[in-house]
Amino acid sequence: MSDLIWVYAEVVDDKITPTTLEMLTKAAEVGKAEAVLLGPAPDDAAQTLANFGASKVYRSADSVYGEYLTLPAAETVAGLIQKHNPAVMLFASSYAGRDLAAALSAGLDSGAITDVGDFVLKNGTVEATIPALGASYQNTSTLVSRGTKLLLVRPKSFEPKTNAQPLLVEEVPAASDEALRKVHMKERVVVKREGPQLEGAKTIVSGGRGLKGEENFEMLKELADLLGGAVGATRAAVDAGWVPYAMQIGQTGKTVKPDLYIACGISGAVQHLSGMKTSKTIIAINKDPEAPILQISDLGVVGDVFKVVPQLIEEIKKRKGA
Amino acid sequence: MNVVVCGKVIPASSVTIEIDPSTKRMVRKGVTHELDPAAASAVEEGLRLTEKHGGAVTLITMGMSDATIGIRSALAMGATSAVHILDDAVAGSDTLGTAKVLAAAIKKQEFDLVICGTESSDSYSGIVPGQVAHFLGVPAVTFAKEVTVDGDRVTIKRQSESGYDVVEAALPALVTTTSGINEPRYPQLKGIMAAKKKEIKVYTAADLGLGSDQVGESAAREKVLTVGRPPKRQGGKVITDEGEGGKQIADFLAELKII
Repeated sequence: MSDLIWVYAEVVDDKITPTTLEMLTKAAEVGKAEAVLLGPAPDDAAQTLANFGASKVYRSADSVYGEYLTLPAAETVAGLIQKHNPAVMLFASSYAGRDLAAALSAGLDSGAITDVGDFVLKNGTVEATIPALGASYQNTSTLVSRGTKLLLVRPKSFEPKTNAQPLLVEEVPAASDEALRKVHMKERVVVKREGPQLEGAKTIVSGGRGLKGEENFEMLKELADLLGGAVGATRAAVDAGWVPYAMQIGQTGKTVKPDLYIACGISGAVQHLSGMKTSKTIIAINKDPEAPILQISDLGVVGDVFKVVPQLIEEIKKRKGA
Repeated sequence: MNVVVCGKVIPASSVTIEIDPSTKRMVRKGVTHELDPAAASAVEEGLRLTEKHGGAVTLITMGMSDATIGIRSALAMGATSAVHILDDAVAGSDTLGTAKVLAAAIKKQEFDLVICGTESSDSYSGIVPGQVAHFLGVPAVTFAKEVTVDGDRVTIKRQSESGYDVVEAALPALVTTTSGINEPRYPQLKGIMAAKKKEIKVYTAADLGLGSDQVGESAAREKVLTVGRPPKRQGGKVITDEGEGGKQIADFLAELKII
């Protein structure tokens, strides 16, 4: 049985994404890891993939993959899968990863497992662990289709480790069919973000519906600044227009894993919990003693966020001054 | 311009979702249902586009009889008609089976644009729309935070890791909408009354030409092996603020040597 595991490598902001490296590390632990890298990428991208365990990189730098979304990549990857028949192919649960896995799972009639947090491979059969319904249930699933099993992997599921392999790159022909040029990427707009980034922050102070308005995020910012951290938010706060999407933590936002997570006025909807529940230490402040976030907190305070947070800020200032 | 919206009717957000250990499926019977907020946003976007460009909005949903309540809310919002795939034969479908059902139902309608939420709010797989687009042979233009139709082209602002991308495709196409794209309208009394007279077409899998080799539990590629509770986090302590809550958190942070 093949233990060949492929990883679809992604580049964002001119860098191989962290999730790509996390998946490669896992793939190399479970079997023989190889990567597929399509479209524009930095010069050292293939080397980076090799450094994290890829024993081979299938590569086309053709601009078609950047200018036209999903379809050219799906065509190329489907061709490669049919030729080399890896046991498993991993995609990040990202914008590009989800689109590509969706197209391939239909095109190959194979299905796919989404939201995978871990997996094992036994005699060509894959068993994936899925935190299916956020904090409340955990499933294991398998794919009974023939051929390559497609898995969409949650960010931060694995710890990336260097595991250098000799660099071996196989150039692949670009998808050239005109019919694949249907979804045209006309412009990439970078929206400047202020303040420390959520990605990689050691401390995150996060606010939800209980914050009641945009202006009250100032208080969280002050707390975050004191702790050298970043400010995050729930989908409810983002949907209400209080803070930008870039701050959203949860299933449809970012997955974070800081050392300290302080949840303020957040009830703990599944949507949010799944993006932060692997934080090392969680502190929650909520007025509702039944709030699910309190059940996963290391310290839960049932109280008014507008009283507790200012007192905490004052207390930290006092102790720092002392 | 005719718009088809695919959306789910799901257990209401106030309901704690339970999984039946014998079927390994979500418990849907006897639970209050509502139109998935993701579907409501997709309906809203369809209504806005047809208000501007003319045409009809048809909601397509697959689900048990409980789904009627959510279908009625979409019709009360202003959708023109609805299609309900109601058949035990489609129960237990995985994403691929679901996509085959939806695509077959969409093909029976006249459409220029299909709109779906990026993912349902109960199971979040997020790949059904892309699979539907594949089976329809139309481009999938995904993660839209803004949708514009101009003549025979659709242009979206697509959410990206670093901002957004401007992405364009020719119609017919499928668009997925992010949760923040709009604020779905609340049905008004007039709409609720009108909804009672609107048509809900009911299809079975056989009506769509789909057999048990393609849809339902027997055809599912994905098999759930086990359902369980994840390991609980240890050592949680819950206190009630009696005027010292902030200080107690500070003490805890000091214990952790964070301050």
